[in-house]
Amino acid sequence: MGYLFITPTILLFIIFTIIPVIMAFYLSFTNYDIVSKNDFVGLDNYKRLVEDNIFWTTLKNVLFYSVLYIPLNIAISLSMALLFMRSRFGVKLFRTAGYLPTLTSGVAAATVWIWLLNPEFGIVNDILSKFGITGPSWLAEMPYAMLSIVFVTLWQSVGANMIIYLAGLNGVPDHLYESAKLDGANAWQSFRYITWPVLRPTTFFVSTMAIIGALQLFDQAFVLTKGGPANSTKTTVYHIYQQGFNQLQMGYADAMAFALSIIILVFSLINMRLNKEESVI
Amino acid sequence: MYIISIAVCIVMVVPFVWSLITSIRPDEEIFMLPIQWIPSSITFEHYRKAFELVPFALYFWNSFYLAFMGVLFNLLFGSLSGYAFAKLHFRGRDTLFKILLAAMMIPGVVTMIPQFFVLKHIPFMGGNDWLGGGGNGLLNTFWAIILPGASGSFAVFFMRQFFVSLPSDLQEVARIEGSGELRIFWNIYIPLAKPALATLGIFTFQAGWNSFLGPLIMLNDPAKKTIQLGLAAFTYNKQVDFGPLMAGALIAVVPILILFLLLQKYFVQGIAFTGTKG
Repeated sequence: MGYLFITPTILLFIIFTIIPVIMAFYLSFTNYDIVSKNDFVGLDNYKRLVEDNIFWTTLKNVLFYSVLYIPLNIAISLSMALLFMRSRFGVKLFRTAGYLPTLTSGVAAATVWIWLLNPEFGIVNDILSKFGITGPSWLAEMPYAMLSIVFVTLWQSVGANMIIYLAGLNGVPDHLYESAKLDGANAWQSFRYITWPVLRPTTFFVSTMAIIGALQLFDQAFVLTKGGPANSTKTTVYHIYQQGFNQLQMGYADAMAFALSIIILVFSLINMRLNKEESVI
Repeated sequence: MYIISIAVCIVMVVPFVWSLITSIRPDEEIFMLPIQWIPSSITFEHYRKAFELVPFALYFWNSFYLAFMGVLFNLLFGSLSGYAFAKLHFRGRDTLFKILLAAMMIPGVVTMIPQFFVLKHIPFMGGNDWLGGGGNGLLNTFWAIILPGASGSFAVFFMRQFFVSLPSDLQEVARIEGSGELRIFWNIYIPLAKPALATLGIFTFQAGWNSFLGPLIMLNDPAKKTIQLGLAAFTYNKQVDFGPLMAGALIAVVPILILFLLLQKYFVQGIAFTGTKG
């Protein structure tokens, strides 16, 4: 009977996950281009990938993005959770406000921020000018374009992680804090030795999801900057999309997708290892 | 503390307020320096324009249909298999579940291209022969979006976690009284699972409504475009019309916002649930 219940799921799972994963591996060794028949070309795609400067640029871009995005995401969402943890006047309103941006899509968020970051008529530069700062042309200048994407994606995602952290904080037993207080621990010490260790599974969950998402950044880069200026915000998925679906170099795009997946896997494993080692201490 | 809290809230909320203000102010005021916060008059001209410049109503309907079908299939298949993995015993159950769970870690980018290949070569569909050659398969149909996401690992995992938390006595009693397994599932456990189904429904709807890359790849027919595709195409115009653009962005957020406000309680619970048990 159990088999009957899981049949639809398993069927869909085989067709749209198992077969594609196996095919991804096979297609990366072919010159599949939709139109003609696909021939086996051995390691050609991977050789091409090593020589493809844009591929390396995109990898550098997503790594730069991830290095900023992931720690900031954890730091900000955890801080927000700590800030909005205690029930006091207006806390529900604060939480809702913090969560609101996560309801938007990557496209809608990027669209709105194009307007906010407009160098002449956007309010970001308007507010900066009140402090005597002349804001840059955020989306068109070299280091600022990627920083803007980091900011917009943070704005959009910290709310969801805040809620996850709030749930985690609920699980910290009060008596731990009380006994720490009796032992004369200050706020930082009780965070470092109680809150942070208890939240480790939550941090692991949040950071894993952030790694998987960050290395596959696409929507916001596509809408906000279209990869520019000078490819400085072009992400690997963007490059894969262009090679596969604009240039119809599906085999090659697939090799890149496979390479990126391995990078994601490596980073997830490092993250897992880091979390394990910490828990020994 | 209060000052920081309020500052954080302003950063989070101001983009919404500012796009709303932009969308309802007269055209000539949008590009006026110094920037004025309060519009001199309110107009819905930009909303009318948004629907005229691109077939926004059609896109809206397409997105709604896709998101709704996603919810329907995920709730049905997710609860069926979630229930089986939680409450029924069969050989290989735990191994199968572990494989499904592991699949949650597979990045979307690796299955993106082969999924396109699979959908193009589904036999007997879209002019294909039995070997899957000749036609376009399911590409450019809504099935190309619905089927790959019809029973996500997440839905199965989420429903299983919920059914595990329900007592098994009900099942045993019903069995003694001679009820069939399908009846037990449908008449006893599904009514109990309403909060979980609501949460999963919201998640699935949001994911479907907000998805961009999938429709971008699978749907080339202009009549099948979704609201996210329409919105992105909007920003591609060399001469960006910010009034209608902000109107469009807000329209694209409204359904999720309404859903959130109606079911806020479930929403927050659901996120907390997946976060701590994940």
